[in-house]
Amino acid sequence: MDSSNRAKYTMRAVVVLYVAVLVFVPIIVVTWRTFEDGLGAFWSAISSEQAVTAFRLTIEIAVAAVVINTVFGVGVALLISRYRFAGRRLLGALTDLSVSVSPIVVGLALILVYGPYNGIFGKSLAANGFQVIYSLPGMIMATAFVSLPLVMRSVLPVLDEEGIEQEQAAKVLGASALQRFRRITMPTIRPALAYGIVLSLARCIGEFGAVKVVSGNISGAGQTMTATLLIDERSQQLEQGTYQLAFVLILITVAAIAFVSFRRGKEKVA
Amino acid sequence: MTTIDVAPAASEPTRGRRRRKEGAGQPLGLASGIGLGTAVLWLSLLVLIPLGATVSQGFEKGWAGFRDAITQPAALDALRLTITSSLIVTVINAVMGTLIAWVLVRDNFPGKRIIEFVIDIPFALPTIVAGLVLLGVYGADSPVGINLMGTQKAIVLALLFVTLPFVVRSVQPVLLALDVEAESAASCLGAGPWTTFRRVVLPLLLPAIASGAALAFARAMGEYGSVLLISGGLASTTVSSMQIFQKLQNYDYVSASAVATVLLLISLLVIVILDVLQRRAARRG
Repeated sequence: MDSSNRAKYTMRAVVVLYVAVLVFVPIIVVTWRTFEDGLGAFWSAISSEQAVTAFRLTIEIAVAAVVINTVFGVGVALLISRYRFAGRRLLGALTDLSVSVSPIVVGLALILVYGPYNGIFGKSLAANGFQVIYSLPGMIMATAFVSLPLVMRSVLPVLDEEGIEQEQAAKVLGASALQRFRRITMPTIRPALAYGIVLSLARCIGEFGAVKVVSGNISGAGQTMTATLLIDERSQQLEQGTYQLAFVLILITVAAIAFVSFRRGKEKVA
Repeated sequence: MTTIDVAPAASEPTRGRRRRKEGAGQPLGLASGIGLGTAVLWLSLLVLIPLGATVSQGFEKGWAGFRDAITQPAALDALRLTITSSLIVTVINAVMGTLIAWVLVRDNFPGKRIIEFVIDIPFALPTIVAGLVLLGVYGADSPVGINLMGTQKAIVLALLFVTLPFVVRSVQPVLLALDVEAESAASCLGAGPWTTFRRVVLPLLLPAIASGAALAFARAMGEYGSVLLISGGLASTTVSSMQIFQKLQNYDYVSASAVATVLLLISLLVIVILDVLQRRAARRG
């Protein structure tokens, strides 16, 4: 018994130490660096015009990408769980594929197709006055690409689990497709969908590499400077206010994780 | 991303493992057909055509051009650094992730819930923030006196940070659902705790460890933001994704695409292996 206790405490100590060195210590140091110069410095770093513009753009892009991914994710999850067609598994696999692609490769791939100078579609789009890359649409596409399967993956298990009996019963009783979706499918998937949307939002707000490539790095202009790009720039130029911006993003991430784990915990109790 | 996907299974172990009834679905109607068409169109415009364009751009100057681009010393060095770092990270993750999952499921101590909570943070943090966070501790003006900037250790550390939850979250639900009776039987028959773990528990965990490790590997291979700052911008610590970015800045699309194609092939290979593993595990379970 003694040796198994020793093993237990050793394992516990190793785990605590590993997580502390990797996560706790860095987070504490960042918090300290954020408030090192006082609350005034914190506030001015995150409320400068540059920072506010960057946060606003980040939110706009994230919301647009999440809306697209929600429609796509719920649609694909319904198709995969409710219908029978050739390539059903492939549809799921291709949707999953996008998160395994390096963000830099995502940016490169989008430039090759939508770039205004030599993109396959981009040249004619640009000729008609529609710029995708180095502007907002391209940044939304890049963000949507890297977070594509998140909503689908959060909704699909619930749809699979619930089965189609209720929906079929409603159909027999004469409910239209829209009614069935609103009254039966939607209430079933709502909690899972909420988690998927919150996690996607956090992911989209934090996207960096893919957005950096398609933003064209127009520094100073502010038109394509998101919060993560601003952190990159301030940090590379050794400017003030880097840690303060990062701290805001850490808070958003922690809030998203807390929301999901808290809600899930409550669900388990109920 | 996938950590977070595995999480629903963590709360209800039986859910994710239930297999979809084949052939239970209905054939497509008009509305669902249009829906499928729209989804496939969007998937093509966003993912398939761009990735296809990347591969074809990589081979724009033929097979020889592709080979030249990826065998340039700088490209080879970056690939070697990326692959070795990712492999090191994968192995450490497989061991530490399993250990963390084990402690979280089987042990009980004050503060366990905090560990449970923070496991997801590194993965969900914006990558540039993750990089900055590590730079703040293990960078040039390190408050703990450990300066790793510009070394491969720094890259491994950054990759360990962002891939922390993958193995933990894939092993945890399996461990939760595991029947302890087999373990009790083994120890009744005189097996020590280590033997019990190795002969009884480990074989059951292996598919989950492998799938978590594969996801961690795929993520590590393509990582950019978290390694950018702490790599110190040296040639010796340029990973492939950073190199692709540099080539892009020089408008060298062909070389950039060639390296990108290698990364894509590796991710594709990992996904296929993972799928085979999971199907085999599903058939057995």
